[in-house]
Amino acid sequence: MTVMNIVQAVNRTLRDEMRRNGNMIVLGEDVGRDGGVFRATEGLLDEFGAERVVDTPLSEDGIVGMAIGMSLYGLLPVAEIQFMDFIYPAFNQIVSELAKFRYRSGGQYPAHVVIRTPYGGGVKGGHYHSQSTEAYFIHTPGLTVVTPSSPHDTKGLLLSAMRSPDPVMFLEPKRLYRTIKEDVPDEEYLIPIGKANVVQEGSDITLVSWGPMVQTCKEALPLAAKEKMSVELIDLRSLMPFDIQTVIQSVKKTGRVVVAHEATKVAGFGAEISAQVSERAIDSLKAPIIRVAGYDTPFPYALENSYLPKPERILKALRKASSY
Amino acid sequence: MEMLQVVRADGEYDAKLEPNLRDEDLKKMYRYMLLVRRFNERMLLLQRQGRIGFFIESTGEEAAQVGSAFALARSDWVYESYRDPGVCLVRGVPLKTLVDQLMANADDPNKGRQMGVHWGYREWNLVSISSPVGCRLSQAVGTAYAAKFKKDNIVCVTSFGDGATSQGEFHSAMNFAGVFKVPVVFLCKNNQYAISLPVRRQTASANIAMKAEAYGFEGVLVDGNDVLASYKAMKAAVDKARSGGGPTLIEAVTYRMGGHSSSDDPSKYRSTEETELWKTRDPITRFRRYLMKKGLLTESEDRRTLEEVENELVSTIKESEKVPPPTLYSMFTDVYAEMPWHIKEEADELMGEKGQ
Repeated sequence: MTVMNIVQAVNRTLRDEMRRNGNMIVLGEDVGRDGGVFRATEGLLDEFGAERVVDTPLSEDGIVGMAIGMSLYGLLPVAEIQFMDFIYPAFNQIVSELAKFRYRSGGQYPAHVVIRTPYGGGVKGGHYHSQSTEAYFIHTPGLTVVTPSSPHDTKGLLLSAMRSPDPVMFLEPKRLYRTIKEDVPDEEYLIPIGKANVVQEGSDITLVSWGPMVQTCKEALPLAAKEKMSVELIDLRSLMPFDIQTVIQSVKKTGRVVVAHEATKVAGFGAEISAQVSERAIDSLKAPIIRVAGYDTPFPYALENSYLPKPERILKALRKASSY
Repeated sequence: MEMLQVVRADGEYDAKLEPNLRDEDLKKMYRYMLLVRRFNERMLLLQRQGRIGFFIESTGEEAAQVGSAFALARSDWVYESYRDPGVCLVRGVPLKTLVDQLMANADDPNKGRQMGVHWGYREWNLVSISSPVGCRLSQAVGTAYAAKFKKDNIVCVTSFGDGATSQGEFHSAMNFAGVFKVPVVFLCKNNQYAISLPVRRQTASANIAMKAEAYGFEGVLVDGNDVLASYKAMKAAVDKARSGGGPTLIEAVTYRMGGHSSSDDPSKYRSTEETELWKTRDPITRFRRYLMKKGLLTESEDRRTLEEVENELVSTIKESEKVPPPTLYSMFTDVYAEMPWHIKEEADELMGEKGQ
């Protein structure tokens, strides 16, 4: 066991897998000499050399395009996009190319690239360093979308992402990069993609969340307990594919659902969870499904703290669901 | 910038520039060019008859396709374009496999997943095509990087049109290629048009080849209607790449004699005079004249070759039309390596409705 934060977990996991897999390459802007702007790739250049830890010119479409070409030839490229807000020049490469290679070629050319990118607000970054746009990628068949909420999960999910035969968007909760420290086993372990984690069991309300918002939900739990609400908190961990079974099981028990995410509300992934629950468990529902989300505005700078859902907003939603 | 030309439109040639090719290869090149020409004509006809859904012809560009493909090794990788049936054929893809793709039938290795001319054949290192142009260039750079990393002695070639050079991704790829000095060859077939827009509206640059200089490597201008010049330029570029000399940008100057696709009417945006002028530069007529001057082709041999090609096309189309469409269930496979639950649910529902 080693105590570490999320950045350290990313760093160790990349290092361990590079030691194990000689065909693995890390590429991106400032990932080499600088060790990444968040230091997630620190030390890798020294250990593995410039051929495997590739500082690229400043071009997101170039990074992802190049990674795809490497992957088709049998390498395992793990690309870093410095901020998720900068990913859009590569959007065509991700949705039209990476996601579709296997399908459009009839299985002849599976492309396996892991794209790591920090996302989410809470770091005073304005809209170009804060957004949560997981829904764009979940909406694209062919992509796997994963997001950890703790150092322990980071290691297990990143390993699974790198060993997956499919392209994976690995979304890192940048606000939590250095705020949570916990014991992480030194030995290898995989957290299966597509399986949710029941963080806390409860009998009154199901609270579904993922990524950085899981931490906020955890902070809301003692507040809810004080008001005698027994909340079952589910961390989806994997958004595509997502573990609807665990959610439905919980809903059948509680009959009440709150979904919390940082992304804007309209057509956010919370809407999908809500639709799935009503399609599969309408008879169990005792209250409307309530979404707690970012407001449907661009991400603000000065008013960030009012924009981001806080434990109090989650508590309010829990109350509403429980008193309906 | 000087344009490399070996054979002139009238079939006269510069013996000092002739590439070192065997007579048999020259004859093969000619046959491939004829096959591509007739393939284009036949497939456009099939499209008009509603027997295939969509087609993009490459009439007039046979020399650039066949010449460049002849310069490649079996193990080289190609990110071909949709105007490259000739490249596929030269690399060994059976004619029927190309027709199967256009028919989108169950024999198509791409499982009928894409509209016509979106080739892709793993067996021949021809990488699956998408419709947005320009995005394949940086992928080719990545493949070249990977090959160099693995110390495989291969070259990666990517072929695209003049329109693709306007994309930001053209810049990214050229820039990455120069910085990483990978064994990649960019083959721009400048056919003068991107759908309706002439090349002078794609770039104010005097030519496309010269753009390479800004990225730190060589650009070569070649007569793309001259199959021997096309071969020679590609051969020099792949030899250089193979020996560690890095990338090359080749601009093959040619002409799209037909429309952009089966849905296009070029009379809306270009004159008959222009089309007639380019007909005098027809790559096949030119190469025929050359072969006849060299005593490698007679009128009767020429007729016989054309007949063979026609017969091959007719029998292939007949064979391909017999093949059934892909199974309904195949719609749901290959999205992921393993089918996730939500796709399985959808597949089960549809198959249940169809009683399958």
